[in-house]
Amino acid sequence: MEIGLSHYLSVAAILFTLGVFGIFLNRKNVIVILMSIELMLLAVNINLVSFSTHLNDLAGQVFTMFVLTVAAAEAAIGLAILVIFFRNRGSIAVEDISSLKG
Amino acid sequence: MFSAIAFYVFTAVLVVSALLVITARNPVHSVLFLILAFFNAAGLFVLMGAEFIAMILVIVYVGAVAVLFLFVVMMLDISFADLRKGAMQYVPLGLVSGGILLLELISVFAAWKFSPEVDKNLVSPTPDNITNTEALGRLIYTDYALVFQAAGLVLLVAMIGAIVLTHRYRPDVRRQKVSVQNARRPEDVLEIQKVSPRSGV
Repeated sequence: MEIGLSHYLSVAAILFTLGVFGIFLNRKNVIVILMSIELMLLAVNINLVSFSTHLNDLAGQVFTMFVLTVAAAEAAIGLAILVIFFRNRGSIAVEDISSLKG
Repeated sequence: MFSAIAFYVFTAVLVVSALLVITARNPVHSVLFLILAFFNAAGLFVLMGAEFIAMILVIVYVGAVAVLFLFVVMMLDISFADLRKGAMQYVPLGLVSGGILLLELISVFAAWKFSPEVDKNLVSPTPDNITNTEALGRLIYTDYALVFQAAGLVLLVAMIGAIVLTHRYRPDVRRQKVSVQNARRPEDVLEIQKVSPRSGV
């Protein structure tokens, strides 16, 4: 059986849904929420690469590299903010973070 | 045939490990399953013929991002059991919205067909008879050079931002003060004492 574009797109859709569901399931734990965001970005990357390879257009793979860059930067900054928040409050629960607002 | 088997194996492990990322009780296990998911996604990329992206995924995600997560999870002293309290409250809502999202995505993508004219709209067609890495390299250093530089700037800003955010002044740490050391003169610190014989200092 031939593995076509729709197979890869379905995998990406399942992965993206798992990322969304992970945010609902772990809505107190910022670290797991960040990991769910990484899963969603991975699903987006799978979409981009599968369209790129099935269309024979390399632009999608170039975009994937930029998505990877932004994902790495986002993880670094997010975890840095998490570390200083934990240093100040001794907790990483999401409802405590709402006390940061203005 | 082999590629179909490899696709289903990679997909099965990817989906199961992604599920375990979001359901594992211990966040360290979550990070380890995240690493497994990244490896299998890299396998899918290799199957599709995007080797360079697959290797970048392994290097960047597994080598940098996941290890960063692992550091932070192990460094913070948190009771993760407390964080899971009341977690089941929003599961039905999450299941409903996630299920709707999945159905929508599948219904959009499952029967995707390219129009015959799509070949006219390609931005940067894949060249024949050179490797994926070489083709990507030719592309990002020519057509996408500016965007590539901008991506480097994003990484630079992220690096400086992370250092600025987490750096703190600690008064209890003794540091080397080079200017004080250089300003030290013998006449300030040395003193000639006249020692009389057999009396000690």
